[in-house]
Parts: sequence; C-alpha cells; structure tokens
Amino acid sequence: MKKWNTINKSTRNNIITIGVIVVIYAVCQLMIAAGAMSNLMQGLLVPLCYYSILAISLNLTVGILGELSLGHAGFMCVGAFAGAFFSKSTQNGIGSSFVGFLIALLLGAIAAALFGALIGVVVLRLRGDYLAIVTLAFGEIIKNVINVLYIGLDGKGFHFSMKDSEALNLEENGTIIINGAKGITGTPKHTTFTIAALLLIAAYLIISNLIHSRSGRAIQAIRDNRIAAESVGIDITGFKLLAFTLSAAMAGVAGVLYSHNISTLVATPKNFGYNMSIMILVFVVLGGIGNIRGSIIAAVILTLLPEYLRFLQDYRMLIYAIVLIVIMIFNWNPTCIAWRKNHSLRDILHSLTGKNKKEA
Amino acid sequence: MAMLTVKNLGISFGGLRAVDSFNITIEKGELYGLIGPNGAGKTTAFNLLTGVYKPDTGTVTLDGKNITGLSTIEINKAGIARTFQNIRLFKGLTVLDNVKIGLHNDYKYSTLAGILRLPSYFKTERQMSEKAMDILKVFDLDKEAHLLSANLPYGKQRKLEIARALATNPKLLLLDEPAAGMNPSETEELMKTITLIREKYGVTILLIEHDMKLVAGICEKIFVLNFGTELANGLPGEVLNNPEVIKAYLGE
Ligand SMILES: Nc1ncnc2c1ncn2[C@@H]1O[C@H](COP(=O)(O)OP(=O)(O)O)[C@@H](O)[C@H]1O
Ligand SMILES: [Mg+2]
Repeated sequence: MKKWNTINKSTRNNIITIGVIVVIYAVCQLMIAAGAMSNLMQGLLVPLCYYSILAISLNLTVGILGELSLGHAGFMCVGAFAGAFFSKSTQNGIGSSFVGFLIALLLGAIAAALFGALIGVVVLRLRGDYLAIVTLAFGEIIKNVINVLYIGLDGKGFHFSMKDSEALNLEENGTIIINGAKGITGTPKHTTFTIAALLLIAAYLIISNLIHSRSGRAIQAIRDNRIAAESVGIDITGFKLLAFTLSAAMAGVAGVLYSHNISTLVATPKNFGYNMSIMILVFVVLGGIGNIRGSIIAAVILTLLPEYLRFLQDYRMLIYAIVLIVIMIFNWNPTCIAWRKNHSLRDILHSLTGKNKKEA
Repeated sequence: MAMLTVKNLGISFGGLRAVDSFNITIEKGELYGLIGPNGAGKTTAFNLLTGVYKPDTGTVTLDGKNITGLSTIEINKAGIARTFQNIRLFKGLTVLDNVKIGLHNDYKYSTLAGILRLPSYFKTERQMSEKAMDILKVFDLDKEAHLLSANLPYGKQRKLEIARALATNPKLLLLDEPAAGMNPSETEELMKTITLIREKYGVTILLIEHDMKLVAGICEKIFVLNFGTELANGLPGEVLNNPEVIKAYLGE
C-alpha cells in the first residue's frame, strides 16, 4: 500500500484507467463467448473504440492546446482513405496480412499528420478564430475532393483521374481502387475489437503521458497564457504544431480502424462531414475540456445512447438532446459539482475499506 | 562591461510617442528602479526590451550582444526574463508546474522520451522538481507547490511570477510593479525577497514601481520616466530631490 502511494500520481491514474478499459474489454469478450451479447452491441464495440480515440485526440487540440478545431472528421477521412487505399492496392500481397494492417495504420497516421501539419503551418501563426474556420473548410473540402477522385491500378502502375473511372484507361486486368463517390469497396476487414481496444489504450497513454511531460506542459502554458509562455522562451509555433499534428495523426488512426471495419468506404456528410466533427467536439465538451478519461466516457455513453433509444423512434433525438442537457448540468452546475465531491467513488471505496480520508 | 545598454530607444502608437530617446546603462548585479506617473511609458519600455513591441528607433545590447528586434522567445533565451503588471500565470497548472515551465529550456528531454517515459524523463523531471522547489522555497511558496496557481492569494501570485521568471536563469530580471496590490507588510517582505534573490542568483534587476519611497529603499539607481522621456536618472538621493521629479509627482 505504501508503494502505491509513492507512485507518481499520473502513473496511478494511467493504471486505473487502463485497468478499467481492460476489465470492460474482458467482460465483453466473455459475454461474446457466452453468446450473451446482442449483435447490435457487438457491432458497436469497434466504433466505441474509434470514437473514443477521436474524442481523446480532439481533446488534445481543444482542451490541452486550447484551439478550436471543427474539422476533426476530415483528418479521420484522410486516414481512412490512406489506410484503405494501401490495403486495397496490396490486397493480393502484404495488404492481406496483419503486418499489412499495421502498415495501413501507420500510413493513415502519417497521411493525416501531414495534412494536420500543413494546415497547422498555415493557420497556427494566426490568432483568434481562424483555426476553427479553416479546419471547418478543410473537413468539407477533403470530403468533396475524395468524392471526385478516381485511382486505378493495372500492370503499368497507378492511374489518376478527377473525371470518372473511364478516364483512368485501365488495362483489362486493372482494378479501380478509389471510385469517386462510390469510394473504396472490398477493403480487407482487418479491424478487430482487440486491436481497436489496444489502440485506444495506446492513444490514452500517449496523450496522458504527454500532458505530464515537458512538451505537454509547454502546450498547456501556451493555452493558459501565450504572452507569458513567450516570455519564458516557449517555442509557441513549434508546440502548437506538435499538438495539432499529433491530434490529426491519431484521428487518422481512428479512420483506418473505421475503414477496415466496413466493406464499402465512401465519404459522405454523415461519416466525415461537419456533423461528425461537431459530434466529436460534443464528446470532448461533455467529457470535460482537457479531461482525457472524460472524453472516453462521453464518447461511449453518447454512442450507445442513440442506439438504445431507437425504440423511441421519432422521439429519439429529442430524448438525446435532453440527456445532453442533463449531462451538461451535472458537469457544470455548482450544486452538482459539490454533490459529486461528497459522493466521489474514492470516498465510497475508502468508507467501504474502513479508512478515513486523512489516512489515504 | 555593462549588463544592459539601451541607446535612443523609442516607439510610437499612432500619434502618441509612448517612449522616446530612452537611454539607460545597467551594470552587472545592479538593482535599478524605473519610476514615473501612470501612463509614463514604463510598461512600454519593458515591452520594447523584451521584444513584445519592435522599437522604431534605437538599440538594446545585453551583456555585449545586440538583441534589438529579436523575438520575445529569443530575448528570453538571450537572458532577459520579466513579470507582468497584470499577472499572467498559467492558471490551469500547479504552482510547481508554473516554475517548471520556466526551466523548460535548461532541462531537456524529447517529446518521445516523455510519451514513452524513458529513463531520461524520470531523471530530468526529478531534477526539474528539485530545482523548482528550491526556487519556490526562496519565495516561501513551497508549501503551495501542488496547488493550482489560480487558487493562490493575490500576493503569492505576484511572487510566483517572479519565481517563474527567475527559473529561466536570466541575466536581467524585469519586474513590472511587483508590489502592486500588496499591503505594506507584504510589500516590505517582497522587497527583502528581491534583494535576497539578487544576492543568491547574482541577477541584475530593473524594477518598475509606482511608489518612489519604496524604490529609494532598495534601489541603487533610479530612472524617472515622464511622458515617454527621461526626467531624471541617477542616485536615489539626487533623483528624489530633483525639483522636476517632485513637480511631476505632485502634479499627478
Ligand atoms: N499597444 C498600445 N497601443 C496604443 N497605445 C499604447 C499601447 N501600449 C501603451 N500605450 C500607451 O502608451 C502610454 C504608456 O503606457 P504604459 O507604458 O502602459 O505606461 P506605464 O506603464 O508607465 O503606466 C499610455 O498612454 C498608453 O495608453
Ligand atoms: Mg505600467
């Protein structure tokens, strides 16, 4: 017990959070094995993981760096297509293997990071709301560009077109990899709940460790007071770019998980549009700005909720909205905050083990 | 060689000449006071020295190095640290972390080492914590190290700002009204701390203060600014008895 108390506080939080994720993962696997989990729920396990990763990664930009980004789904889109593009074009070779999937994940992260860095370089020097506007535009543009993008592969190599699949002039045996608005079909379904859960843990660790490190402190200093951060020699542009790029890369990984979990990948307003970006932002805001664990909890609750409210049919979104408001009040109302303090899980645990607060 | 040599420094905001022909030479280890009525251009002079504003005219030389026109970040790295008249702490971070940010450029490990928690992370973080606690002890803030800086009482927030600036290991420390809003006993204690850190860290200090008598108590030299220009400059005894200075202050 003494050892436990001397462990650095952030390490302890990491262990607790990862422990909870592992337990939930194990329970889910047991339920699946016992046939006790509905198909609906089974189908939601992977989305729960990639939504959580999206929420965590956006929290890095919004909560830790303090910049508003409204195009997070755009980075997910880039990652989804980059990863699926690789897997599809190498489907007869490495793309069909697990190593191929790891490469796809890496490529998705790199592609999204490149776009993140590109936008970052252009925008992060500016102040105010420019970032929100530009990321919003980026999200919409990337989706529309992909909808008119045609790429095919044959014996001679890759063919590109922005017109239609005919214009690719593929040989007899050639295959269309990206087919404009019809997207990419037949991406190998590599994503499993296990990989998704592992990547969620990795994402959590990356952000949580970053926050408690030298670079993470610098990022938070920029958020809290840019002028003061400059006055103590913090490289504002560099650290903003770091946070923004890392955030984009992680959204890219979530995208790869997404695209290898479905059979047909298309860029629609529903999956990569403005609404999706806002939804991820809602996860972040409701989970608590800057609260990484909260982002995961909010992503999970708000993904499960609409599914389990389907029986309400037309009233579903109404109830959803009411729940959002209730959670917001629970999070921010002073009375609720005081109540939570007095009824925290830790205190309950301590009272159960017969210890009072002082000893802990 | 002088620690700071400022020649003919000036800046205009629209039609207003906020600082004009500002000349000052500060020797190594000196404690210099910069006084003047409200709106005289004292804070603007600090902003010019630290690169927040780019001067229209003049040069700034720190310890033999021309730093005119450099960015705030580069100027801090060259050796000037400052505090702000309106407190600017990192409010979402603890007292300890505020000081650790001041140590950012002297204690390094890579972002990757931080994420992967490599040995260099643990080693450097421990060194940073020790160093930061040392500095906090000087300001009697060590007991509040793990408090959120926003939750400190006002007087201690001012002290924390000085501690953070000092953590960047500056050659020259610029303090903008460090005693503003403090009661007389807090002020007296602060002035003692300022003289103490000068001894302990061998840092040269330029200090803005509204209250002339207070400055006279601890500063070796005093510069009086009025309407952006020099009104007087020299030993406290001379400056405070200067009829022009008395007039400027009484006329306020
Ligand atoms: N960024 C700015 N833009 C326009 N005017 C400014 C700016 N900063 C300072 N001033 C003006 O310059 C003058 C000097 O201000 P300041 O340096 O803050 O005075 P002090 O610190 O001596 O009280 C004031 O008249 C102030 O209004
Ligand atoms: Mg001022």
